[in-house]
Amino acid sequence: MEWTTNSLGRAIPTEIAGRILRPYGDMEAVTRFVPGKKKPCAGDCAQIARRRLDKRVASWDELLDRLSIRDGATISFHHHLRNGDRIVNEVVSRLAARGVRGLRLAATSLFPVHDALLPYIRSGVISRIESSMNGSIGSACSHGEIEEVCILRSHGDRQRAIAAGELKIDVAFIAAPCADSFGNANGLSGKSACGPLGYARPDSQNAACVVVITDGLVPYPCQHWSIQGSNVDYVLEVESIGDNAAINFGTTKLTRSPTQLIIAETTARFIETAGIMKDGFSFQAGAGGISLAAIVFLAKRMREARVKAAFAHGGGTGALVGLLNEGLLGSIIDLQSFDLEAVRSCAENPNHIESDPYASYGPLAKGCVADMLDVAILGATEVDIDFNVNVNTHSDGLLLHGIGGHTDAASSAGCTIITAPSFRKRIPVIREKVTTLTCPGKYVDVIVTERGIAINPIREDLVEKVTGSGLPLVSLEELMHDVQKITGVPEAPHFKERPVALVEWRDGSVIDIVRELDV
Amino acid sequence: MTPEMKYCRSDAGLHAKSDCVASYIPGPGPLEIAVKSSVESLFGTAIKAAALRIALDFGVKSGCIEVDDDGALGETVAARIEAALWKAGFSCRKRKESAIPVPLVRGPSSRQRSRRTRLYLPGNQPHFFINADLFGADCLLFDLEDSVVPERKVDARILVRNTLLGNKMLGACEIMVRINPLSGPFGYDDLAEIVPAIPHVIVLPKCESAQDIKQADEEIGRLEESAGIPRGSIFLVPLVETARGILAADRIASASRRNVAICFGKEDFIRDIHAVPDPECNVPKGTESLMAREMIVLAAHASGIDALDSVFSDIEDEAGLAASCREARALGFSGRAILHPLQVPVANAAFRPTEEEYRDALEVVEAYEQASGKGKGSLSVNGRMVDAPVVERARAVIREYAGEP
Repeated sequence: MEWTTNSLGRAIPTEIAGRILRPYGDMEAVTRFVPGKKKPCAGDCAQIARRRLDKRVASWDELLDRLSIRDGATISFHHHLRNGDRIVNEVVSRLAARGVRGLRLAATSLFPVHDALLPYIRSGVISRIESSMNGSIGSACSHGEIEEVCILRSHGDRQRAIAAGELKIDVAFIAAPCADSFGNANGLSGKSACGPLGYARPDSQNAACVVVITDGLVPYPCQHWSIQGSNVDYVLEVESIGDNAAINFGTTKLTRSPTQLIIAETTARFIETAGIMKDGFSFQAGAGGISLAAIVFLAKRMREARVKAAFAHGGGTGALVGLLNEGLLGSIIDLQSFDLEAVRSCAENPNHIESDPYASYGPLAKGCVADMLDVAILGATEVDIDFNVNVNTHSDGLLLHGIGGHTDAASSAGCTIITAPSFRKRIPVIREKVTTLTCPGKYVDVIVTERGIAINPIREDLVEKVTGSGLPLVSLEELMHDVQKITGVPEAPHFKERPVALVEWRDGSVIDIVRELDV
Repeated sequence: MTPEMKYCRSDAGLHAKSDCVASYIPGPGPLEIAVKSSVESLFGTAIKAAALRIALDFGVKSGCIEVDDDGALGETVAARIEAALWKAGFSCRKRKESAIPVPLVRGPSSRQRSRRTRLYLPGNQPHFFINADLFGADCLLFDLEDSVVPERKVDARILVRNTLLGNKMLGACEIMVRINPLSGPFGYDDLAEIVPAIPHVIVLPKCESAQDIKQADEEIGRLEESAGIPRGSIFLVPLVETARGILAADRIASASRRNVAICFGKEDFIRDIHAVPDPECNVPKGTESLMAREMIVLAAHASGIDALDSVFSDIEDEAGLAASCREARALGFSGRAILHPLQVPVANAAFRPTEEEYRDALEVVEAYEQASGKGKGSLSVNGRMVDAPVVERARAVIREYAGEP
């Protein structure tokens, strides 16, 4: 056995059982994190290291000086503050003022409040968006105003793309209603409380640099770590990260639209008749008027039949919280909160489980929450006679919505129900071919409209269960013709050849493209 | 004077979802058509084509037709353009041919049909027409009277006429149109526009004498004949909503073979008799109109037709609506007006015969059928005389219980 001596004079064998031993030296290979250094650096850090770590920077300018974001960088944001977010616009305008160009914006979702980005899109400060594109930004993309081809991903696919290195984030800006100086953060408390912060978790784990921006700084340690400070480089305290009152998705009041109510009630009736509504079942529903009403009608049936659900998944609402408190629901697995009542309940009721895109939808995970769902109630802008669903563009070809968790939930839940009116204004929703294909028909089991229910023939089990039950069953083809009699047959929109956005499937393959409108 | 000078600037329709505003702007030829629409890339060509076709019918050769649309259905677009041209001073050169563009397939109604719920649809607001047949109402009532302001009467009557002719989203409902009173400036024009579109029922407001009904009866008959519809096809429902009308209720109810029901209008009646609600004194709510309502019930049943009750206006109060419907039924009314689709199921259920009434009706019909097999015309069930009218009523109870029209 050969021996050597380490820097403290202790005798160390050079090798034991085939392992070469490295003697301890004054220049430690592992040392404490120093904000601003890309990697923990080798060296004698004994003196600076033992001071309490404080990742705070004094101002936006100091932060941006330290980040030195270059042209073409990819910056990311989460959408937990929904239409109340102030951080995306703040960061982009400050970067623009510093002359940065060609940014790639990889927010988990964008909202109408972000229409303020349009001038930066037109001037080339932002040259690509990998996110959802709604309203004016979607329209700008459709009209070819965004320099590069954009990418639409579901929440699950986005997590996969980040983990796989397909979506490389240079700086993740994480708005946090509550954070400590170390960067631990959550959305449960603080004046801007917005509920979970899970959408930002993949970004916090994979981005080259992570910034927590908070208007609710608390002494270390903050109580609940949605974001682990160990992943965070800098903490910036600001006056306000946004207006949490604006997270309300539409209204939490039950819709008064009789057409929506018919669809919602038919949906609930289907779920009961098909035998899905039984003790211990689970469901996910969006926050649209129909989904919300469907939950209210389903709850009524659960009450009457004395059935309790194990859990609901997705966006928390006051309506779901009501069911939780009533004991009709075992727990809510929350990805986000759609109203302040859900936010409050997340903080107070231990039966909320905060999730993230990996746990909820991760396409490469060893199963996800969506796989545990018995039924998912989702919306659509169009459905075609082969059950293919479009959630991204309207019939006129305008890009108007992100995918959200649609494809993740649709392809995983035991029964996927699409609720939609058969026409909106004069626009038929049931089409021969969808304008943009977001989700293949094989994952779509049931379409519920005000004019009846269409069941995918591949779901023989469902067809069998509800046949003869008095539910108004229709074929999509019949329905399409009936609706065309009301609306007339629309012309096809005109497109140029140039793709303006890719629509990814959950595995990163391209399921469709969106073309530039020819107007 | 140049030819275009005799026409004036006009518009029809409202800036609202599922509606469009059509305008005519006089000017030199050739005719221009400008379309702006939220569904332009999908239906822009169709809207333009409709405007051209109608312009041709009206002989419009100059000026500009503008259409500002937010997803109105084809019938609505056409109605708005037509109304704008009428108001501009044009008249349709080939009125007869264009009036009935599609063969009418509406099923007939029947005198005895169930009229528990008649859903009011403001005649100039097409988005209320969408899916109106799906809410479970027995009757759809397109209103040209109180819900339409005078300067929009033309818009509304053409819109309702087109909607009736289009015959979509009317389902198996009985189709009613409330016209303006014939004593006023709009009633006769309403009839001229609506009768050829063959509604099942014309509802005649502010009826005060048998003469009012006879006048309508005659005019409808004349219009039926010129439209090639068998005389007497269209039913009448007189609406009685004044003190004079109440006192003439029996003569009104029996004034025409067309009458299938007589209807009470509460709001106008209360105003007419100067009844002032006073929460301080202990006159229970509704007392002021109780006698009038009973007179309607008496008049109806003396003439063998239905008595229909007025509206229940608090659309949030489900329990109140149910109670009010049961009270109406207990007084002898067989239906009421409905303002919001969400009220329909509640009112339908309240007017539905009870289990007991249903069993009783079954017994009557069964006994009658057995007896008539043996050639007997009347018999007694549980000590009650049963003849043809009783059997007909029993059959109606069975239908109503099953929820059939």
